[in-house]
Amino acid sequence: MISIGETLRLASRALRRNKLRSFLTTLGIIIGVGAVIFIQSIGEGAKSRVRAQIESAGTNIVMLFSGASQGPGGRGGAGSQPTITWEDLRAIQTELPSVLAVAPQINSNQPVISETNTWNTQITGTTPDYFVIRNWPVSSGALFTASDQASAAKTAVIGQTAAENLFGPGVDPLGQIVRIRDAPFTIVGVLERKGQNAMGMDQDDGLYIPLSTFQTRMQRGLGKFVPGRISISAVSPEAIGRVRQEVGQLLRERHRLGPDDEDDFSTSSMAEMTSMLTSTQETMTLLLSAIALVSLIVGGIGVMNIMLVSVTERTREIGIRMAVGAQPTDIMMQFLVEALVLSAIGGALGVIFGVGLGKVIAPKFGWIMETKTQIVFISLAVSAGVGIVFGLYPARKASQLDPIDALRYE
Amino acid sequence: MPALIQLSNLAKVYQSGDSEFAALHDVNLDIERGDFVAITGSSGSGKSTLMNILGCLDSPTRGSYLLSDRDVAKQSRIELAKVRNEFIGFVFQNFNLLSRTTAAENVELPLIYARVPPAERHRRAKEALERVGLGHRAGHTPSQLSGGQQQRVAIARALVTRPPLILADEPTGNLDSATSVEIMKLLTELQQSGMTIVFVTHEPDIAAYAARKLLLKDGAVISDLRQKPSLKEAS
Repeated sequence: MISIGETLRLASRALRRNKLRSFLTTLGIIIGVGAVIFIQSIGEGAKSRVRAQIESAGTNIVMLFSGASQGPGGRGGAGSQPTITWEDLRAIQTELPSVLAVAPQINSNQPVISETNTWNTQITGTTPDYFVIRNWPVSSGALFTASDQASAAKTAVIGQTAAENLFGPGVDPLGQIVRIRDAPFTIVGVLERKGQNAMGMDQDDGLYIPLSTFQTRMQRGLGKFVPGRISISAVSPEAIGRVRQEVGQLLRERHRLGPDDEDDFSTSSMAEMTSMLTSTQETMTLLLSAIALVSLIVGGIGVMNIMLVSVTERTREIGIRMAVGAQPTDIMMQFLVEALVLSAIGGALGVIFGVGLGKVIAPKFGWIMETKTQIVFISLAVSAGVGIVFGLYPARKASQLDPIDALRYE
Repeated sequence: MPALIQLSNLAKVYQSGDSEFAALHDVNLDIERGDFVAITGSSGSGKSTLMNILGCLDSPTRGSYLLSDRDVAKQSRIELAKVRNEFIGFVFQNFNLLSRTTAAENVELPLIYARVPPAERHRRAKEALERVGLGHRAGHTPSQLSGGQQQRVAIARALVTRPPLILADEPTGNLDSATSVEIMKLLTELQQSGMTIVFVTHEPDIAAYAARKLLLKDGAVISDLRQKPSLKEAS
């Protein structure tokens, strides 16, 4: 077999001879690879946007619910049956070193009445630690305090959207009084704007009051049990698994569950939520990429087609080469490398095309492009693979020609 | 020293359905080194088949073919390709040059497959073109050359690997008589420099250039005439 450099030189020469034809042949590969790159980049962008939104809810968070998430006899969903006590909560907070903060929360949608407006919004009863866990500071005023919590004070912290709707734009909500179920609440703080969450809900449309106040005003307390969901923040993202395990162990001990008893609580992490939400996106991207891949294969068939034409056209050339001493492998490599170069160039142009297309289109629809190097390399490898697979048959055909017949071919 | 080409009981049989057709039967032939041999005969006499077998483009059905003491009758395609590259230079009736490729690159072609490095290749191609009197046309493509010049390029390609044997199949078939004479003179020069040349022709005046004239009929050599002394005898 002659050297690869020599073969490459031969191939690039043959391709340059038919510039338009070579370009049109690679077009299929260009479009295929371009589509894969474009779709993958958009998909990756959407995924990281979802991830960012979920992370805006607070990273390192483990959610703890009363009751089992699943169980025999159609037991109610998570949180339906209170099993976690305030004592449990305190134990989690104090006994587990991987836990940074713990905050229960309970919500209810209620009409809130200001002097000028009425606005239906989500009221959340929680403890001050909630804002630590969610990494959510106030933009003006202050958060309600532990003593507010202890005394069930009628103080409230408000989100920006709710504030605008209740008091109108430009009015300072601090010190304003709103009525919820006939009880007057004083606005002590306005939260920083946080935007939409992963579900598309406006996180700024809400009012936060001490959990104790919520229990006395909205929902009769159950005394020793903690209502609602409980957010636990781990000291680091790596500690999430440890937190879930330790919380589980601690609660099982505290609830005196035997080895055969099911958990009477359940936990889930934001990581699970992220993977759940991004998995939909991934499925979508995968599906579209599969379609794009089909077009890449169609492009490969185009390469095969043109290589077959080329072999027929150049039958005499093949005969001459064989007569002067080209071995079957030399001929095969010549055509195989030609197909490979054709599709590799198509792949490279496809990457440029895909990225360029994204740069033009993505901003128009507010999409985010995120091109992973990995995808670029995979696309290039796949298009080269397509060249080899679809170039093999024509190349083999060329190498198996009989030199006498090839020389006589008109 | 044994003959360059030794054919014994060589036969080529084509089979189509139930019927067999013997293009060559029981050819026994030796060709000495440095000889200048014309193979003549009417069409269908088997001279093309004989040329293809001599050129290792085709294998005989029976018999043996020793080329430079190497048995090439039953070689693989790969081995035959090597033999063609190393031992044989081809000259065809229709020149068979690569179009849109310069004369120099056409001449280099066999050297590519002989794995000769580029610099050496260019040098030898230039040398071969000068030898056939086309040193100044190295950069021309076949379409820019006359028929006679194209055949000279083809001859340069045939001798660039310095093979012991040059096979020419109707080398003057596509040329006018004046150019034919030039080409035959060139082949005569090559023979005088020590190469063995075997060519096919059906023109008596072209065959007259050869030292030895073979006449084929129905796949057998029916006449073997020494017209001029071979190099060996002359020396």
